[in-house]
Amino acid sequence: MKSAVLLLPGLNRDRDMIAALTKISGAPPVTVWQTETEIPDVDLIVVPGGFSYGDYLRCGAIAARMPVMEAVREKAAAGVRVLGVCNGFQILLEAGLLPGALMRNASLKFVCKEVSLEVANAQTCFTSQYEAGQVIRCPVAHHDGNYYSDAETLARLEDSGRVVFRYANGSNPNGSMNDIAGIINESGNVLGMMPHPEDLIEPAHGGEDGAGLFRAALDIAA
Amino acid sequence: MIQARVTVTLKNGVLDPQGKAIEGALGTLGFDGVGQVRQGKVFDVEMDSADKEAARKKLSDMCEKLLANTVIEDYAVDIL
Repeated sequence: MKSAVLLLPGLNRDRDMIAALTKISGAPPVTVWQTETEIPDVDLIVVPGGFSYGDYLRCGAIAARMPVMEAVREKAAAGVRVLGVCNGFQILLEAGLLPGALMRNASLKFVCKEVSLEVANAQTCFTSQYEAGQVIRCPVAHHDGNYYSDAETLARLEDSGRVVFRYANGSNPNGSMNDIAGIINESGNVLGMMPHPEDLIEPAHGGEDGAGLFRAALDIAA
Repeated sequence: MIQARVTVTLKNGVLDPQGKAIEGALGTLGFDGVGQVRQGKVFDVEMDSADKEAARKKLSDMCEKLLANTVIEDYAVDIL
Protein backbone atom coordinates (compact mmCIF):
# COMPACT_ATOMS: atom_id res chain seq x y z
CA MET A 1 0.00 0.00 0.00
CA LYS A 2 1.14 3.53 -0.74
CA SER A 3 1.48 6.35 1.73
CA ALA A 4 1.93 10.12 1.72
CA VAL A 5 3.42 12.47 4.29
CA LEU A 6 2.36 16.12 4.44
CA LEU A 7 5.05 18.78 4.70
CA LEU A 8 4.38 22.14 6.33
CA PRO A 9 6.84 24.78 7.55
CA GLY A 10 7.81 24.16 11.15
CA LEU A 11 7.13 20.44 11.21
CA ASN A 12 10.25 18.60 12.38
CA ARG A 13 9.18 14.98 12.78
CA ASP A 14 8.49 14.45 9.09
CA ARG A 15 11.81 12.68 8.50
CA ASP A 16 11.21 10.21 11.34
CA MET A 17 7.82 9.49 9.82
CA ILE A 18 9.21 9.06 6.31
CA ALA A 19 11.91 6.72 7.67
CA ALA A 20 9.34 4.64 9.57
CA LEU A 21 7.00 4.32 6.59
CA THR A 22 9.90 3.47 4.29
CA LYS A 23 11.21 0.83 6.65
CA ILE A 24 7.83 -0.77 7.23
CA SER A 25 6.35 -0.61 3.73
CA GLY A 26 9.62 -1.05 1.82
CA ALA A 27 8.95 2.05 -0.28
CA PRO A 28 9.33 5.72 0.56
CA PRO A 29 6.08 7.69 1.00
CA VAL A 30 5.32 10.52 -1.39
CA THR A 31 5.64 13.94 0.21
CA VAL A 32 3.00 16.60 -0.31
CA TRP A 33 3.69 20.29 0.28
CA GLN A 34 1.12 22.48 2.05
CA THR A 35 0.13 24.44 -1.07
CA GLU A 36 -0.85 21.35 -3.08
CA THR A 37 -4.55 21.06 -3.78
CA GLU A 38 -4.43 17.41 -4.73
CA ILE A 39 -2.93 14.40 -2.99
CA PRO A 40 -1.76 11.47 -5.14
CA ASP A 41 -3.61 8.18 -5.00
CA VAL A 42 -2.44 6.66 -1.72
CA ASP A 43 -3.93 4.42 0.97
CA LEU A 44 -2.56 6.28 4.00
CA ILE A 45 -1.94 10.00 4.53
CA VAL A 46 0.19 10.98 7.53
CA VAL A 47 0.34 14.41 9.15
CA PRO A 48 3.57 14.31 11.15
CA GLY A 49 4.59 16.16 14.29
CA GLY A 50 6.52 19.32 14.97
CA PHE A 51 5.66 22.96 15.38
CA SER A 52 3.87 24.01 12.20
CA TYR A 53 3.91 27.79 11.85
CA GLY A 54 5.76 28.00 15.16
CA ASP A 55 2.56 27.08 17.02
CA TYR A 56 1.42 30.67 16.36
CA LEU A 57 -2.19 31.49 17.29
CA ARG A 58 -2.91 27.92 18.47
CA CYS A 59 -1.05 24.68 17.81
CA GLY A 60 -2.00 23.48 14.34
CA ALA A 61 -4.43 26.36 13.73
CA ILE A 62 -2.70 27.90 10.74
CA ALA A 63 -1.61 24.60 9.19
CA ALA A 64 -5.22 23.41 9.36
CA ARG A 65 -6.24 26.26 7.02
CA MET A 66 -3.67 25.51 4.31
CA PRO A 67 -4.88 24.30 0.88
CA VAL A 68 -3.55 20.76 1.33
CA MET A 69 -5.92 20.21 4.25
CA GLU A 70 -8.91 20.61 1.94
CA ALA A 71 -7.44 17.77 -0.10
CA VAL A 72 -7.00 15.71 3.08
CA ARG A 73 -10.64 16.37 3.95
CA GLU A 74 -11.76 15.07 0.54
CA LYS A 75 -9.57 11.98 0.79
CA ALA A 76 -10.76 11.27 4.33
CA ALA A 77 -14.38 11.56 3.20
CA ALA A 78 -13.59 9.05 0.45
CA GLY A 79 -12.34 6.59 3.08
CA VAL A 80 -8.57 7.03 2.74
CA ARG A 81 -6.79 6.38 6.05
CA VAL A 82 -5.39 9.48 7.74
CA LEU A 83 -3.01 9.45 10.72
CA GLY A 84 -2.06 12.59 12.64
CA VAL A 85 0.71 12.35 15.23
CA CYS A 86 1.40 15.06 17.82
CA ASN A 87 1.22 18.35 15.92
CA GLY A 88 -0.51 16.30 13.22
CA PHE A 89 -3.23 15.42 15.76
CA GLN A 90 -3.53 19.10 16.69
CA ILE A 91 -3.88 19.96 12.98
CA LEU A 92 -6.62 17.34 12.43
CA LEU A 93 -8.56 18.75 15.42
CA GLU A 94 -8.16 22.34 14.21
CA ALA A 95 -9.29 21.22 10.75
CA GLY A 96 -12.44 19.71 12.28
CA LEU A 97 -11.59 16.19 11.10
CA LEU A 98 -11.66 15.05 14.73
CA PRO A 99 -13.65 16.49 17.66
CA GLY A 100 -12.28 18.36 20.68
CA ALA A 101 -9.14 20.38 21.32
CA LEU A 102 -5.66 19.97 22.76
CA MET A 103 -4.80 22.45 25.49
CA ARG A 104 -1.54 23.37 27.22
CA ASN A 105 -0.25 20.51 29.43
CA ALA A 106 -1.68 20.77 32.95
CA SER A 107 1.90 20.94 34.30
CA LEU A 108 2.63 23.82 31.87
CA LYS A 109 5.82 21.93 31.04
CA PHE A 110 6.99 20.44 27.78
CA VAL A 111 7.08 16.68 28.33
CA CYS A 112 9.56 14.45 26.53
CA LYS A 113 9.55 10.90 27.85
CA GLU A 114 8.22 7.40 27.39
CA VAL A 115 4.68 6.59 28.49
CA SER A 116 2.61 3.44 28.79
CA LEU A 117 -0.17 3.34 26.28
CA GLU A 118 -3.25 1.15 26.54
CA VAL A 119 -4.81 0.04 23.28
CA ALA A 120 -8.39 0.88 24.24
CA ASN A 121 -9.83 -0.24 20.91
CA ALA A 122 -8.02 -2.94 18.94
CA GLN A 123 -10.70 -3.14 16.26
CA THR A 124 -9.62 -0.18 14.18
CA CYS A 125 -7.64 -0.37 10.95
CA PHE A 126 -4.72 1.16 12.86
CA THR A 127 -4.72 -1.10 15.92
CA SER A 128 -5.76 -4.51 14.59
CA GLN A 129 -2.30 -5.98 15.29
CA TYR A 130 -2.60 -5.24 19.01
CA GLU A 131 -4.80 -6.93 21.61
CA ALA A 132 -7.58 -4.96 23.30
CA GLY A 133 -6.23 -3.70 26.60
CA GLN A 134 -2.62 -4.37 25.60
CA VAL A 135 -0.21 -1.87 27.08
CA ILE A 136 2.58 -0.75 24.78
CA ARG A 137 5.52 1.61 25.22
CA CYS A 138 5.55 4.86 23.28
CA PRO A 139 7.47 8.15 23.47
CA VAL A 140 5.73 11.51 23.84
CA ALA A 141 7.18 14.98 23.23
CA HIS A 142 4.75 17.87 23.45
CA HIS A 143 3.65 21.02 25.26
CA ASP A 144 -0.02 20.96 24.30
CA GLY A 145 -1.41 17.46 24.59
CA ASN A 146 -4.09 17.98 27.19
CA TYR A 147 -7.18 16.63 25.42
CA TYR A 148 -10.40 18.50 26.09
CA SER A 149 -13.93 18.17 24.76
CA ASP A 150 -17.37 19.05 26.05
CA ALA A 151 -19.11 16.38 28.13
CA GLU A 152 -21.47 15.37 25.34
CA THR A 153 -18.64 14.79 22.83
CA LEU A 154 -16.61 12.92 25.43
CA ALA A 155 -19.55 10.61 26.18
CA ARG A 156 -20.08 10.02 22.48
CA LEU A 157 -16.39 9.12 22.00
CA GLU A 158 -16.38 6.78 24.98
CA ASP A 159 -19.68 5.10 24.14
CA SER A 160 -18.67 4.33 20.57
CA GLY A 161 -15.15 3.02 21.25
CA ARG A 162 -13.55 6.01 19.59
CA VAL A 163 -10.94 6.45 22.31
CA VAL A 164 -8.25 4.29 20.69
CA PHE A 165 -5.26 4.97 22.97
CA ARG A 166 -5.19 5.86 26.65
CA TYR A 167 -2.24 6.70 28.91
CA ALA A 168 -1.91 3.71 31.24
CA ASN A 169 -0.42 2.96 34.64
CA GLY A 170 -0.72 6.56 35.82
CA SER A 171 1.49 7.81 33.00
CA ASN A 172 -0.86 10.61 31.80
CA PRO A 173 1.75 13.29 31.05
CA ASN A 174 -0.54 16.22 30.32
CA GLY A 175 -3.82 16.13 32.26
CA SER A 176 -5.79 14.82 29.28
CA MET A 177 -9.46 14.04 30.03
CA ASN A 178 -10.07 10.32 30.68
CA ASP A 179 -6.34 9.74 30.00
CA ILE A 180 -7.06 10.14 26.28
CA ALA A 181 -3.97 9.80 24.07
CA GLY A 182 -5.62 9.08 20.73
CA ILE A 183 -9.08 9.19 19.14
CA ILE A 184 -10.61 8.10 15.85
CA ASN A 185 -13.36 9.61 13.71
CA GLU A 186 -16.82 8.16 13.36
CA SER A 187 -16.02 6.32 10.11
CA GLY A 188 -12.91 4.78 11.65
CA ASN A 189 -10.39 5.99 9.08
CA VAL A 190 -8.94 9.14 10.71
CA LEU A 191 -6.78 8.63 13.81
CA GLY A 192 -5.11 11.37 15.84
CA MET A 193 -2.68 10.64 18.67
CA MET A 194 -0.17 12.59 20.75
CA PRO A 195 2.46 9.83 21.25
CA HIS A 196 5.01 9.04 18.52
CA PRO A 197 4.75 5.39 17.39
CA GLU A 198 7.16 6.18 14.52
CA ASP A 199 9.94 6.53 17.07
CA LEU A 200 9.70 2.98 18.39
CA ILE A 201 9.71 0.72 15.36
CA GLU A 202 13.10 -1.03 15.30
CA PRO A 203 15.54 -2.57 17.78
CA ALA A 204 17.88 0.42 17.38
CA HIS A 205 15.10 2.56 18.87
CA GLY A 206 15.06 0.34 21.93
CA GLY A 207 11.80 -1.33 21.00
CA GLU A 208 9.33 -2.04 18.22
CA ASP A 209 6.00 -1.42 19.94
CA GLY A 210 4.96 1.23 17.40
CA ALA A 211 5.56 -0.88 14.31
CA GLY A 212 2.25 -2.73 14.54
CA LEU A 213 0.31 0.49 14.04
CA PHE A 214 1.99 1.19 10.70
CA ARG A 215 1.82 -2.43 9.55
CA ALA A 216 -1.90 -2.48 10.32
CA ALA A 217 -2.52 0.88 8.65
CA LEU A 218 -0.70 -0.35 5.54
CA ASP A 219 -2.31 -3.82 5.57
CA ILE A 220 1.04 -5.54 6.04
CA ALA A 221 0.86 -8.84 7.93
CA ALA A 222 2.47 -8.96 11.37
CA MET B 1 -10.28 52.77 7.92
CA ILE B 2 -11.91 50.94 10.79
CA GLN B 3 -9.89 49.90 13.81
CA ALA B 4 -11.32 46.84 15.50
CA ARG B 5 -10.40 44.83 18.55
CA VAL B 6 -11.20 41.12 18.80
CA THR B 7 -11.03 39.53 22.23
CA VAL B 8 -10.82 35.75 22.50
CA THR B 9 -11.37 34.12 25.89
CA LEU B 10 -11.68 30.55 27.11
CA LYS B 11 -15.24 29.35 27.58
CA ASN B 12 -16.50 28.93 31.10
CA GLY B 13 -15.63 25.52 32.46
CA VAL B 14 -12.59 25.03 30.23
CA LEU B 15 -9.52 24.53 32.40
CA ASP B 16 -6.88 27.24 31.99
CA PRO B 17 -3.54 26.00 33.36
CA GLN B 18 -1.81 29.22 32.23
CA GLY B 19 -4.34 31.43 34.00
CA LYS B 20 -3.90 29.32 37.13
CA ALA B 21 -0.10 29.78 37.01
CA ILE B 22 -0.52 33.55 36.62
CA GLU B 23 -2.99 33.57 39.52
CA GLY B 24 -0.37 31.82 41.66
CA ALA B 25 2.37 34.24 40.60
CA LEU B 26 0.21 37.24 41.52
CA GLY B 27 -0.23 35.73 44.97
CA THR B 28 3.53 35.20 45.21
CA LEU B 29 4.04 38.89 44.42
CA GLY B 30 1.84 39.77 47.37
CA PHE B 31 -1.27 40.94 45.52
CA ASP B 32 -4.06 39.90 47.84
CA GLY B 33 -7.74 39.69 47.06
CA VAL B 34 -7.12 38.18 43.59
CA GLY B 35 -9.79 35.67 42.56
CA GLN B 36 -9.67 33.54 39.46
CA VAL B 37 -7.41 34.67 36.57
CA ARG B 38 -8.19 33.58 33.02
CA GLN B 39 -5.82 34.19 30.13
CA GLY B 40 -7.08 35.27 26.69
CA LYS B 41 -5.94 36.90 23.48
CA VAL B 42 -6.47 40.30 21.88
CA PHE B 43 -6.22 41.00 18.15
CA ASP B 44 -6.16 44.59 16.87
CA VAL B 45 -7.31 44.46 13.27
CA GLU B 46 -7.38 47.30 10.73
CA MET B 47 -10.17 47.00 8.21
CA ASP B 48 -10.11 48.90 4.96
CA SER B 49 -13.80 49.80 5.08
CA ALA B 50 -16.15 52.52 6.23
CA ASP B 51 -19.10 50.21 6.86
CA LYS B 52 -18.98 49.27 10.54
CA GLU B 53 -21.69 46.63 10.34
CA ALA B 54 -20.09 44.92 7.36
CA ALA B 55 -16.72 45.01 9.14
CA ARG B 56 -18.23 43.52 12.29
CA LYS B 57 -19.77 40.71 10.26
CA LYS B 58 -16.49 40.00 8.51
CA LEU B 59 -14.62 39.97 11.81
CA SER B 60 -17.10 37.50 13.30
CA ASP B 61 -16.53 35.30 10.28
CA MET B 62 -12.76 35.57 10.87
CA CYS B 63 -13.27 34.47 14.46
CA GLU B 64 -15.37 31.48 13.43
CA LYS B 65 -12.85 30.42 10.79
CA LEU B 66 -9.49 31.20 12.39
CA LEU B 67 -9.07 33.63 15.29
CA ALA B 68 -10.99 31.55 17.82
CA ASN B 69 -11.32 27.80 18.31
CA THR B 70 -15.00 27.72 19.15
CA VAL B 71 -14.64 24.29 20.77
CA ILE B 72 -12.89 25.97 23.70
CA GLU B 73 -13.09 29.73 23.11
CA ASP B 74 -15.60 32.58 22.94
CA TYR B 75 -14.94 35.82 21.10
CA ALA B 76 -16.10 39.43 21.15
CA VAL B 77 -15.73 42.01 18.37
CA ASP B 78 -15.43 45.73 19.20
CA ILE B 79 -15.24 48.47 16.60
CA LEU B 80 -13.07 51.18 18.19
